[in-house]
Amino acid sequence: MKELNRNFTPNIRPVTDINYQQPVIHNLDNGIPVYLLQTGTQDIVKIEFIFNAGNYYEPKSLVSWFTNKMLKEGTQNFTASQIAEKIDYYGAHLELSADKDKAYITVYTLNKYLSEILPIVEDVIFYPLFPENELNIKIQNKKQEYIVNSNKVKNLARWKFDELLFGENHPYGKFVNADDYDTIVQKDLIDFHRDNYFIADCKIIAAGNIHKNFIGILNKFFGKHTESHTRKNLNINPIETSNLHMMHYKKEDALQSAIRIGKKLFNKKHPDFLKLQVVNTILGGYFGSRLMSNIREDKGYTYGIGSEIVSVQHSGYFFIASEVGAEVTQSAVDEIYHEIDVLQNEKVPETELKLVKNYMLGSFLRSIDGPFAMSENFKGLLEYDLDYNYLKSFVEIVKDVNAIEIQELAQRYFDKKSLIELKVGS
Amino acid sequence: MIDFEKFELENGLKVLVHKDTSTPIVAINILYDVGSRDEDPDKTGFAHLFEHLMFGGSINIPKYDVPLENAGGENNAFTNNDITNYYLTIPKQNLELAFWLESDRMLNLAFSKKSLDVQRNVVIEEFKQSYLNQPYGDVWLLLRPLAYKVHPYLWTTIGKDISHIENATMADVKSFYKKYYNPNNAILSIAGDIDINEIKALSQKWFGPIQSLEKPKRNLPKEPTQQKPQHLSVERDVPVDAIYKAYHMCNRTDDDYYTTDLISDVLSNGNSSRLFSRLVKERQVFSKINAYISGDIDNGLFIFTGKLANGIKMEEAENALNVEIEKMKTEEVSKDELQKVKNKIESTIEFSEINVLDKAMNLAYSELLGDADLINQEIGLYNKVTKEDIQKVAFKIFNNNNCSTLYYYAN
Repeated sequence: MKELNRNFTPNIRPVTDINYQQPVIHNLDNGIPVYLLQTGTQDIVKIEFIFNAGNYYEPKSLVSWFTNKMLKEGTQNFTASQIAEKIDYYGAHLELSADKDKAYITVYTLNKYLSEILPIVEDVIFYPLFPENELNIKIQNKKQEYIVNSNKVKNLARWKFDELLFGENHPYGKFVNADDYDTIVQKDLIDFHRDNYFIADCKIIAAGNIHKNFIGILNKFFGKHTESHTRKNLNINPIETSNLHMMHYKKEDALQSAIRIGKKLFNKKHPDFLKLQVVNTILGGYFGSRLMSNIREDKGYTYGIGSEIVSVQHSGYFFIASEVGAEVTQSAVDEIYHEIDVLQNEKVPETELKLVKNYMLGSFLRSIDGPFAMSENFKGLLEYDLDYNYLKSFVEIVKDVNAIEIQELAQRYFDKKSLIELKVGS
Repeated sequence: MIDFEKFELENGLKVLVHKDTSTPIVAINILYDVGSRDEDPDKTGFAHLFEHLMFGGSINIPKYDVPLENAGGENNAFTNNDITNYYLTIPKQNLELAFWLESDRMLNLAFSKKSLDVQRNVVIEEFKQSYLNQPYGDVWLLLRPLAYKVHPYLWTTIGKDISHIENATMADVKSFYKKYYNPNNAILSIAGDIDINEIKALSQKWFGPIQSLEKPKRNLPKEPTQQKPQHLSVERDVPVDAIYKAYHMCNRTDDDYYTTDLISDVLSNGNSSRLFSRLVKERQVFSKINAYISGDIDNGLFIFTGKLANGIKMEEAENALNVEIEKMKTEEVSKDELQKVKNKIESTIEFSEINVLDKAMNLAYSELLGDADLINQEIGLYNKVTKEDIQKVAFKIFNNNNCSTLYYYAN
């Protein structure tokens, strides 16, 4: 038998046809749009309710977060323990989360228990009571958790960096203190829920095995509610990015320092956003990225380093983040700037660019694989009123962008003088 | 239900194949039957360090990640006490590339000095990041040697001490590889829109020619029955007192395993569980509390971890926890409570079958435990557990002499 030639890469075929499923849209009787993604092999469904009720809308720190988390701690028809009992009994998951812009109520359930689970979800969304005893327990426990988390250099860097980017007076930039937890009272939550969980803004994404009568069932629980009040005018302070270009935040005796370097940018509606994703991937967006190859795989300064471009409704930002040995902090920072220099001064070699493009297309394929990934991906479009065409243009841009454009973008957006450098450590 | 086919190559490599036509992604998992329990007590952390070196280039492929990324793939790996597990996902048209990559690093590594030097540093930074520079990060470094005296579960996967990683030599690396990274010490599993005959041909083509050495024999010291309670108190620069309790429990293939898992669910799975509803919500002695099983292949641990609520003394918290532990022994669980944890298991299994990677991993692991079909039998094994079983096993485990307790005080 002929010996196998292993010194020869099997033929690689790039990702060409991407089968992106467009959701089917229905409106409930009260106008709430429902986006249905029929997909997957299991008889399960994930239903996500989206409200404009994130940090951006809150009158003071922590209110949006506590309002969201307290939704399942007691409603008109169910106590907190009844809600927990029913959700657990039927093997469902009810996740509550809130970020800079949005608040989410997400339920995962086997289809056979849908009718048992949805009445609870209805109560959680429309009739929460925010009982004071439950709120006090939550405040005490979350305050403690915050104090533990504020001992981690990584978290301190994340919070402090937001403040540098957006300023302490803007909802994206507020630095939360332990004392802020003591200011939260029941009325804050009742008011915030009334003023921000609006039916008129609500959107629903459902993914999985969608049964025939699904919309009928949703209508029964979520289609009859209406509201007579309208959203109050918001009074948001402008974003004030710090003038500091360098900051060292002391954390005594830290064995590692957390590094964040980056700047305020724009959100995904900006014409350069997608191309910049390619630039970012080259720099720090995958395991083989330049930052990882240099600072982890060549120097061994860190367990991990990466960069990201993040979109938020009213802004956006770019950052590089890592935790590195305390004694090599400055060397790591120098290497980060070195990689930015290289990106600005030299054209990306064709082999590297081709690899990054192939990787990004494979990654995109994974990001729409299966019901959960697909609904997550679609959510990222819906929140910016984007659709399928955006994904098509993403694929086209990844395929077409060239080394000259990448160099130009790196020069325009990653100018060292425009970057903010934060170190948290000893 | 996961349908699969199984075959074995002449060199002893076991292969499992599961077809799922719903996805353009194929998942490939390769499990090596070696973990930190197989380490020399003076060279701990080695299985994990070695996992890092598996990405440092093989005999014909200078960098593992480059061709994979070029093919739109992604990969990772983990090491625990029992196994070292490598996995990747790749668009299905590039399936053969995965066979090329994985077979080459099973055939022989490049053993570059540079890779060893760098990965030693990377792992030391990982040690700091996960165990030393985190509040409560050293808990397992303290609790394991308290609970185990002779069995190698007494050290963590990252290693007993940074010096063990610093001292790893190229000779150590080579002999470890030679001993454990062989086809008859590995299980390959593949899930996706694939053809069984194609997988047979590819497996034979790429893995078939790799020679096997003898399968390493495992002869680990058995942990003797603990005779008296173990206690350790430490003070650390953390904001809140915490308590950790670890009871010895059965091994992964023991009949009692499923019962023990359900006990931990009754106590701590979900917001309606006993510990959360009674100790966090009602009595407010803990701000956080958890019970879980380690799930190790050899005799494992049933673990409680709790952070004390403000103003609560250690003794008060421990007493409150002990009351709940005692109740598992003295009172039967209700019918509804048992049904609830069984329903949760059913749902967890259903959700785990959404993803080809989870399916490939679970198949390989079940095969290691003795039979890949265990993956389909587990739901039945959980459902068979009775309230009498729960009480009986709780009685066996929750004995004070069988417990190691760590009091972790804020200074």
